Amino acid sequence: MTRTTTLGALALGVVVCLTLGTLVAVAWRAEGAGGFGPADWAAIRFTLWQAALSAALSVALAVPVARALARRRFPGRGILITLLGAPFILPVIVAVLGLLAVFGRAGILSQALIWAGLEPVSIYGWHGVIIAHVFFNLPLATRLILQGWLAIPAERFRLAASLGFAPSDIFRVFERPMLREVVPGALLVIFLICLTSFAVALALGGGPRATTVELAIYQAFRFDFDLGKAALLALVQFAMGAGAALIAFRVAIPGGMGGGLDRAVTRWDGGGWLVVQDVLCIGLAALFLVLPLSMIVARGVPELMSLPGSVIEAAGLSIVVSLSSALLCLSLALPIAALAVRRGSALVEGVGYLTIAASPLVIGTGLFVVVFPIMDPFALALPVTALVNAAMALPFALRALTPALAGIETNFGPLADQLGLAGWARFRRLWLPRLRRPLGFSGGLAAALSMGDLGVITMFADPQTATLPLQMYRLMGAYRMDDAAAAGLLLLSLSLVIFWIFDRGGRVDADA
Amino acid sequence: MKTFPVIAGALMATAAQAETLTVYTYDSFTSEWGPGPAVEAAFEAECGCDLEFVAVGDGAELLSRLKLEGARTKADVVLGLDTNLTAAAEATGLFAPHGVTGDWTLPVDWADATFVPYDWGYFAFVYDNTKVSNPPKSFAELADSDLSIVIQDPRSSTPGLGLLLWVKSVYGDKAGEAWASLNDQVVTVTKGWSEAYGMFLEGEADMVLSYTTSPAYHLIAEEDASKSAAAFSEGHYMQIEVAGKIASTDVPELADQFLAFVGSDAFQSIIPTTNWMYPAVTPAAGLPDGFSTLIQPEKALIVPAAKADAVRDAALTEWLAASAK
Repeated sequence: MTRTTTLGALALGVVVCLTLGTLVAVAWRAEGAGGFGPADWAAIRFTLWQAALSAALSVALAVPVARALARRRFPGRGILITLLGAPFILPVIVAVLGLLAVFGRAGILSQALIWAGLEPVSIYGWHGVIIAHVFFNLPLATRLILQGWLAIPAERFRLAASLGFAPSDIFRVFERPMLREVVPGALLVIFLICLTSFAVALALGGGPRATTVELAIYQAFRFDFDLGKAALLALVQFAMGAGAALIAFRVAIPGGMGGGLDRAVTRWDGGGWLVVQDVLCIGLAALFLVLPLSMIVARGVPELMSLPGSVIEAAGLSIVVSLSSALLCLSLALPIAALAVRRGSALVEGVGYLTIAASPLVIGTGLFVVVFPIMDPFALALPVTALVNAAMALPFALRALTPALAGIETNFGPLADQLGLAGWARFRRLWLPRLRRPLGFSGGLAAALSMGDLGVITMFADPQTATLPLQMYRLMGAYRMDDAAAAGLLLLSLSLVIFWIFDRGGRVDADA
Repeated sequence: MKTFPVIAGALMATAAQAETLTVYTYDSFTSEWGPGPAVEAAFEAECGCDLEFVAVGDGAELLSRLKLEGARTKADVVLGLDTNLTAAAEATGLFAPHGVTGDWTLPVDWADATFVPYDWGYFAFVYDNTKVSNPPKSFAELADSDLSIVIQDPRSSTPGLGLLLWVKSVYGDKAGEAWASLNDQVVTVTKGWSEAYGMFLEGEADMVLSYTTSPAYHLIAEEDASKSAAAFSEGHYMQIEVAGKIASTDVPELADQFLAFVGSDAFQSIIPTTNWMYPAVTPAAGLPDGFSTLIQPEKALIVPAAKADAVRDAALTEWLAASAK
């Protein structure tokens, strides 16, 4: 009893220190900072409108794709839907390199345009940022909206077919009300994700025209060493994130990571030219998602055997950081989930979700401000990266663990109480075996997210330390694109493998 | 180009008791084809020590890096700032006077007690003369053309800062408007020179902000005469690159020895064909042949080091305001 409270309070304390504590440190440091210049206001405006546009485009494009996936059954449909979950753990910098290979001026799209006698396109600037965001969030939006479609009972479609509904009638009666329910949530989730965009803008922004607030924090910090400005921007970033998160909590958010989407409802509608439309939608979406990654594989494989030693070293560091981050994340999530379930407290769980509104660079700035007077912050680059990554993965872990733990306690809690199964024994005998799946899943997610993260490490790394994503970014900076592609391929494989190992580990011995 | 010879160098240092001199510099200096390897070999033969180059992005990032690290910095010497940054660098209080007297052949008199010059050059837009037949002859012509350019961020890169002050020197109070029209040409603003030059070579832009001496690299090292620098009638901004000693260094004698080495013929004769700049002291053997083919600016522009910081702040505000639109 008391141990649950102590550990839970401790974990909550860490979360509060990391989010609100760093914010206080930042605010204290921001005192005396000058106001914003036009470039700072431009960064704030850009952050808001690019997030809005990215969300709108992702959702608008996702609707026809989701409808096509809901309407059709074809071999590989299940794999395709599973693959739509992959961008979530895809390292951003790998995707950026892949998108460059497709949409850059030297990429295949431009080559095709030149061949056709047209002007090549450039990916640098706001449109590059938007393309990358749509690349990441179109799959997420598709999955969210597809869930809405699949939630329409099969009987409705049966009835619609017997009543002779045209596709427009189906849209009016079933689909429009469903979309009205699902779309706002999807829009908000994506808006929130794009609000904290850093690595994409860093690599593709192309200067002050397309600078997000997160990137502006980094620049104030690394280019100008203006901690006051960085702190002021950090406050703005937190306010935007918290505002969007508050709105998001009021709107019903459809579940993002649910499985079992492969059940296709029998449909009688959608013949004729709608088949063509659906094939085109699915085909183009798949091409848009698969092509950039194929480019990385094609370019990276030949170089894989001759990777520079610095990349191997960085990969080793990244594995350590990622495993530490997974461990830290679970050590925070479990006590918070236990306390939330024991107390039945929504507040406890709510505090755990605080990191949704926080931004890694804000936490990074805060930690730097706190640590700097005491010791060399650069010596802490890797621990800080692991900790911040763990905090960022915490909401996902809580979302997986809390309901599972609540279920265990409802079903087995009274029996365990009668048996006097408490404390460590209860954890080991009752919780652990039954939590394996959510533990494996959330540990894997935390490890994979940390493996691919290019955020706070850019603030803290000294020239000789690099995680794999940072090393890959440095190779891109030196325009050693073949080496970068090989490093990207390695990074992608590590992210997927580490997720798979954790997730798999959670399923071993699980009850059939 | 960012290579990491540092790690290899540290591993190969067999003499454990040999003193180590850590030199922070920009990334292209330490690249395989840059001056780093030759300088390291030459100086290590002279000092019996271990010279460690640490690549820290581009030149202007060196200064912010030092500010971030403060007195805790591991650097003994910083090589790669320029006269646009020396006043700001000196204001950090991290640097110590050098005491080096050299026979500088710079186009200006050198009297800085804190920083030792090691090379100089003129900024210019470099293009591929097989693709661009009618290069612009001024900023105005560039702004009116449909040529795309890659430039560097003045907050992180010394060429980027040089361009900022170049435009400011030419346009004065109208610099903001000049940027507004130039920005149509800008494909992207990179963090450092290496990124920008790499993008240009890969065909991501028609022109890149670099140096009048850059074509010499292609001519001499690659026997390729296809790269030229566009001569601008308004004049070209001059850059003088410098090195300085960190006051808190634990190997002050070694740092002094290195700064004296910077002014020596051994160091200076490496510069023209590795850093592709004019040496601060013309080597005994003279300049390499290809250098005579380079354009000579009609007018050299430079903001005096003492004023550079104030001009930079004003020009940076204008650039940010014009470029953020």
